[in-house]
Amino acid sequence: MKAIAFITVMLCGSLIMFSTFEFPDWGDPQSPASSHLSPYFIEQSLVDTAVPNIVTAVLADYRGFDTMFETTVIFAAGLACFFLLRTFTKKSRTERLYRHSSTGIIINIKKGGKRPDDSSKFERIDSLWTPYDLIIKTTCRLIIPSIQLFALYVIAHGHHSPGGGFQGGVILGASIILLAISNDLRSTLRRMSEKASAIMAAAGVLIYVGTGLLCLLMGAAFLDYEALAPLLQSGRIMARSHGILIVEIGVGLAVMAVMIWLYYNISSAGKHDEGL
Amino acid sequence: MNDLITLVASKYNYWAFIILMMLGLYAMIVKKNLVKKIIGMNIFQTSIILFYISVGAKEHATIPIIEHSHGAETHPIQAINYINPLPHVLMLTAIVVSVATLGVALALAIRVYRQYGTLEENEIQSQINQV
Amino acid sequence: MNQQFPALIIIVPLIVALVITIVGWLNKKWCFPLALAGLTIPLFVAVGLLLEVLEKGVITYHLGGWRPPMGIEYRIDHLNGLVLLVIFSVALLNLIASREKILAEFPEKAGAFYGLSLLFVAGLAGITITGDAFNLYVLLEITALSGYALIGMGNKHAPLAGLHYLIMGTIGASFYLLGVGFLYLMTGTLNMVELSQMLPAFYSSRVVVFAFFFCLIGLFIKMAMFPVHGWLPNAYSYMPTAASGLIAALTTKVMIYVMIRISLLVFTPSFVFVNTLLTSAMVWLAVIAIVAGSILALAQKSLTRMLTFIIVAEVGYMVGGFWLGNRDGITGSVLHIVNDAAMTLCLFLAVGSIRFRLKSDRFSDLNGLFRTMPFTMIAFVVGGLSIIGVPPTCGFFSKWYLIKGGLAAGSYEFVAALLFSSLINVILFFRIIEISFFNPQSGGKNDDHTIPAASGINEAPLGMVATSLISATSLIVLGLYTNVLVGRVIQFVL
Repeated sequence: MKAIAFITVMLCGSLIMFSTFEFPDWGDPQSPASSHLSPYFIEQSLVDTAVPNIVTAVLADYRGFDTMFETTVIFAAGLACFFLLRTFTKKSRTERLYRHSSTGIIINIKKGGKRPDDSSKFERIDSLWTPYDLIIKTTCRLIIPSIQLFALYVIAHGHHSPGGGFQGGVILGASIILLAISNDLRSTLRRMSEKASAIMAAAGVLIYVGTGLLCLLMGAAFLDYEALAPLLQSGRIMARSHGILIVEIGVGLAVMAVMIWLYYNISSAGKHDEGL
Repeated sequence: MNDLITLVASKYNYWAFIILMMLGLYAMIVKKNLVKKIIGMNIFQTSIILFYISVGAKEHATIPIIEHSHGAETHPIQAINYINPLPHVLMLTAIVVSVATLGVALALAIRVYRQYGTLEENEIQSQINQV
Repeated sequence: MNQQFPALIIIVPLIVALVITIVGWLNKKWCFPLALAGLTIPLFVAVGLLLEVLEKGVITYHLGGWRPPMGIEYRIDHLNGLVLLVIFSVALLNLIASREKILAEFPEKAGAFYGLSLLFVAGLAGITITGDAFNLYVLLEITALSGYALIGMGNKHAPLAGLHYLIMGTIGASFYLLGVGFLYLMTGTLNMVELSQMLPAFYSSRVVVFAFFFCLIGLFIKMAMFPVHGWLPNAYSYMPTAASGLIAALTTKVMIYVMIRISLLVFTPSFVFVNTLLTSAMVWLAVIAIVAGSILALAQKSLTRMLTFIIVAEVGYMVGGFWLGNRDGITGSVLHIVNDAAMTLCLFLAVGSIRFRLKSDRFSDLNGLFRTMPFTMIAFVVGGLSIIGVPPTCGFFSKWYLIKGGLAAGSYEFVAALLFSSLINVILFFRIIEISFFNPQSGGKNDDHTIPAASGINEAPLGMVATSLISATSLIVLGLYTNVLVGRVIQFVL
């Protein structure tokens, strides 16, 4: 079996390599890909959209419809993981570990036992038990706001430097996941529940589609941001720049919420009681 | 000999992506662990992303961000100074799609593990055949 | 408003899917009416689009206001409009039938189910009308992801089957992406119409041949063409019944549409049909698919698995019909896309009702089913007759065109395979009719009661029965109106 697979793979590889002799050279400025369509993008995108970052301009304006579906793909992935994994089971039947906060003693309540009433003195910890670590918790508490600020910078500066909605959204999601890793899953769920992240994900994609629909209602084609100029009270070209910013915000919101939603479902295998 | 060297130097990026693609394909076919198959699929998708990006490269050209829009009026923007932005745009989409597929694949793998207790293909097959 | 139809037909299911996700967390009762609206409005839009295409010819729509190739273009012609109409009608019928099944199988995740199935339909509609090669890839992946999730929620071995389908499907989509990458490398554009204009200069180059092969192999994996059909029987047998009518009826047919679109528009017929070695190899592959699918269907002991192998054979019909290369063959192939979607919907809806009531679909449990579920069985019998190819159902007419095309092209092996599979289908379906009609009911309480006839009828809920009967009558109506279909619509495809 391994031998057959190896021979097949070598055959396929050499066949494809055989065809590469007709490819344009690497880095050739006169290759068809670099001389047919992209000179228009490079030379005209600043004039058309007032956005210096050509990649963002092409992503969110010229090929904005693709990006809308890309955001929908990531939303569909979050929805699919929820659909496949989530189990709404009762929580009272499993074994739990509690720690007494002043002395550090761990108690183990077996199935069906009575939980301690005094929740200010006892806190619940995960069964994959790690020692109480003040350093990690405090450091993360200091880092997370900086990460979020940087993520907002990345989203807002997508026009002028590498960045944009997807990149900033992932960083925002990572900040919440850092909270979930350093503390535990339940405290993060209290701060940002699954319902909130699901609704934010849908809202993010709705911002994108809604912007396009607004353009449609104003009489132009779908996702033609110039139609928003009267609403935004700016010139037609600046309206494109603002339109790109609005959809990038929508994308960032959706990606952040889906990253968190995916983490909740995959790390706890759908049960939302204990994370990593 | 000189010809051969220029040939290799101008095409080795494409050969790199082919080798990566074949590695991914081999992993998907041969490995018995489900997670290893998923990783092979990811390598396969990454090699195609690498191919697209290498299509967009240009010699002596810089990244496609026009420096400081207020300075752009002084010198004209020439296409030869900036690399091709279109493959980057396309591959942003492809990367997001591959991450989404990886998420759904892992969710399915968790369900398989919950049902059969193992992630090895031959053990799962023997469990199915026993039923 | 008319000019915005092409965009509306994609946006409406998309927005409704998002709204259902939000509303589903708050109040479950609103999900079904919203989903119903989300599929009925596009159905009317699709009818409007098809009528407009019949009047005016090809419609194009520039998204974002940018001319192609700068922006993305949507292009609707006769083939598209027809397939679009089929997609939304099938989706609507399946939605109405699936309401009780969802409540039975996963009640607390109903919102997520409706959202995923609407995203699936939006993706399929987008695949049908897009005119941009990379946009097709993104839509392919949306459709696929929603499909994987819907399949993975089934019973028994569904997650494993879903994971195998995921890996195979991703390989297929990646091959398609690689093919598009080769085309972009040689021409520098992604728009389908422009590719068809720029490619003839490169027809002699190896790269274009490889690009065509990669796209074709990718699509073959996605449409479950023999020999890469291995994912289909398992994935479709273990699907939840609520999704089976939707996914089984539409996925493979839309992939076949994409193959036809790429072959006819991007790589024009002067490239595709020139090499007789290729076309005859494809026809032989289709012949093997038909024969293997039919024989394997004979060996199955459960209704759903038998139907999945029949789907493999049907894919062989359509692919073989297309690669015959003559007018009748391609007409038969396109007609069969429409007919097969309707037939598969009818059969899977009937089987879904049976599984809903009996909780099983093995042949041994089907005894005497005609007495307890007469309407469902009537729908099943009509579907079966259509697959066999009995006039006046639609299956007869598409087989007729395929046979005519096969005889005209001299591919007698294709004609022989068609007749062979019709014979096997006769055996398959009459076996089921015999078990369900003639066999006495299997054991249980009914034998002890002496109340005659009416005690037995334990039909599925009204929604399911009504949709099964509607889809069964549509088979006959499609058959009677074949002339209209071919003359007014399909003729212009070529």
